[in-house]
Amino acid sequence: MNLLRLALRSAWNRRVTLALIVCAIALSVTMLLGVERARIAAREGFSQAVSGTDLVVGARTSPIQLVLYAVFHLGEATNNMLWKSEQQIAGDPAVAWAIPISLGDSHRGFPTVGTTPAFFEHFKYSLGAPLAFSAGRPFSGLFDTVLGADVASHLGYRLGDAITLTHGSGGIGSVEHADKPFTVVGILARTGTPVDRSVFVSLEAIEAIHLGWQGGAPPPGGFSIPEQFVRKFDLTPKTITAMLVGLRNRAAVFHVQRAINEFAGEPLMAVLPGVALDQLWQVVGVVEKSLLAVSALVVVVGIAGMAAAVLASLNERRRELSILRSVGAGPRHIVALLGIEALLVTGSGAALGVALLVALSALTGPWLESNYGLPINALGWSVDESLLLAAVVAAGFAAGVLPAYRACRLALADGLTPRL
Amino acid sequence: MDPSPSPLLQAENVSFRWAPRLAPTVELDRFTIAAQERVFLYGPSGSGKSTLLGIFGGVLVPQQGHVRILGTDLGSLGASRRDAFRVDHIGFIFQQFNLIPYLSVVENVLLPCRFSRRRRERAMQAGGNLEAQALRLLAQLDLGRALHARSVTQLSVGQQQRVAAARALIGRPELIIADEPTSSLDAGRQEGFLELLLAECASSGAALLFVSHDRRLAAHFTRQVAMDEVSRAAPALGEAA
Repeated sequence: MNLLRLALRSAWNRRVTLALIVCAIALSVTMLLGVERARIAAREGFSQAVSGTDLVVGARTSPIQLVLYAVFHLGEATNNMLWKSEQQIAGDPAVAWAIPISLGDSHRGFPTVGTTPAFFEHFKYSLGAPLAFSAGRPFSGLFDTVLGADVASHLGYRLGDAITLTHGSGGIGSVEHADKPFTVVGILARTGTPVDRSVFVSLEAIEAIHLGWQGGAPPPGGFSIPEQFVRKFDLTPKTITAMLVGLRNRAAVFHVQRAINEFAGEPLMAVLPGVALDQLWQVVGVVEKSLLAVSALVVVVGIAGMAAAVLASLNERRRELSILRSVGAGPRHIVALLGIEALLVTGSGAALGVALLVALSALTGPWLESNYGLPINALGWSVDESLLLAAVVAAGFAAGVLPAYRACRLALADGLTPRL
Repeated sequence: MDPSPSPLLQAENVSFRWAPRLAPTVELDRFTIAAQERVFLYGPSGSGKSTLLGIFGGVLVPQQGHVRILGTDLGSLGASRRDAFRVDHIGFIFQQFNLIPYLSVVENVLLPCRFSRRRRERAMQAGGNLEAQALRLLAQLDLGRALHARSVTQLSVGQQQRVAAARALIGRPELIIADEPTSSLDAGRQEGFLELLLAECASSGAALLFVSHDRRLAAHFTRQVAMDEVSRAAPALGEAA
């Protein structure tokens, strides 16, 4: 107890220096845990791009690719699936709902998703949140479109604006579907998922704008079917890109998956989105690991700073340690004094860092979640974080105690009168 | 053998070198201090005085020889026993900067009592409680209560040295080792300090080993020893000048 008081008094005597070290450690801890939280949030945000969907179905390809285009609307499907297969699967008694997805067009770089109003009803993200409209309503007319939040905000669209779609993903030489403009009838609330970056139209509209097209090229000779006649055609799609399936009973998921994989009509594949997302995340995981490495480095720098400061302060403390030795303090007392101080400094640095982190995530969490889809939990505390924190404190303690050995050697070599 | 009952401090055949390749800093055949004796040890700087005090204090361990204090061979004690033994039986006063700046005057005086139960108990016996004994010693060393509230860094050097003397004396250790305690005081104050110190050593029954390069103070002591008489490693006084 005496030693603790002595250590506290001594630390208080050097409070300005120590306060600076505490701040440095606090900032490193905030950074380390902040990056760790952002990393976990990114992972969660990623895996929460779709939720409530039990199976993603499409033509046979790799599961990652299927999820990439069905959920993230990225890339192009090599093969489509037949609409009648979709109808057949959707009609299965085990299936509660089905959302068809038809890709291939874009608007100024944002992918166009042809789907049905079922999308707005059944698609869920995050932990089961449904889609909400910040303005307007789902599409109902043939040339109605619903925009994701990013599309609307980036391009400044409002309800009633007219937009045209581009065939393909919108590179050089792409052809505009300029003859058939769409009217914005709805804008979705921000989700932080790929939905925000997509333009939604009906499946029939996708058919309509491609009437007369052959092999991905517009009808020859500038021929186009005027809008008013389009409705006279059969706009039922022949094929779609993929479909999202929700089951009545999730327990049946493997049964249904197998049934689809063995589908008689055409070669199809059903994947569990969670599994494929995990595989995909492993590809992206390098980034996450380098992030963690960077923040670990920051902590190392913070603790090295502390070790340097402790070593530097030893010289100014030589006299103090000699006096203590003359009144009976042994090396173990000196190690204890320095150890208590190191623990105090790293401990309060860590505590301050955590407080800073909680304050920061409470302040910026809602904004991060709505703008970047990073679900950051201000008060949530994980075992991993405790371990990281314990590691930081342990490293700080070691960095503070190692100089104690030097202090003892100095104190021993100094005898009772330090040679300065 | 020494005819008197075993001396307070007895050093025999001691040789100490800072590193194996260096010449010995201290090399002595025999040196003793009797109980309550006042020994004046003088020698030029660099003659190994501080090293010798480190050896007597058990902080430095000689490569050869034995140092016995109250019959206990310091070399036979483990490091932490030696630290405890030192504080139990020896009080130190240094040249300057004796005090720990972040402790109060009284806390500085009571430092040995934190590390030594013996000193604590002896201080309590003498003064009723620790604080009272510290205050009593400070008063005897002419440090009024008004000074106690001050930070020790605000005290004059002379006042600091008297606080250090009170710290060395509290709990009545058998030996006070003073390493040039007056050298940072001006001549007028040296005498005053020395008189107070000698009076307190006498009243607590402690022996005093007083180290200085200034022989003018030697008259107050029962025995004067030159460093080159003690240690063969020390340069002869004549050569050093």
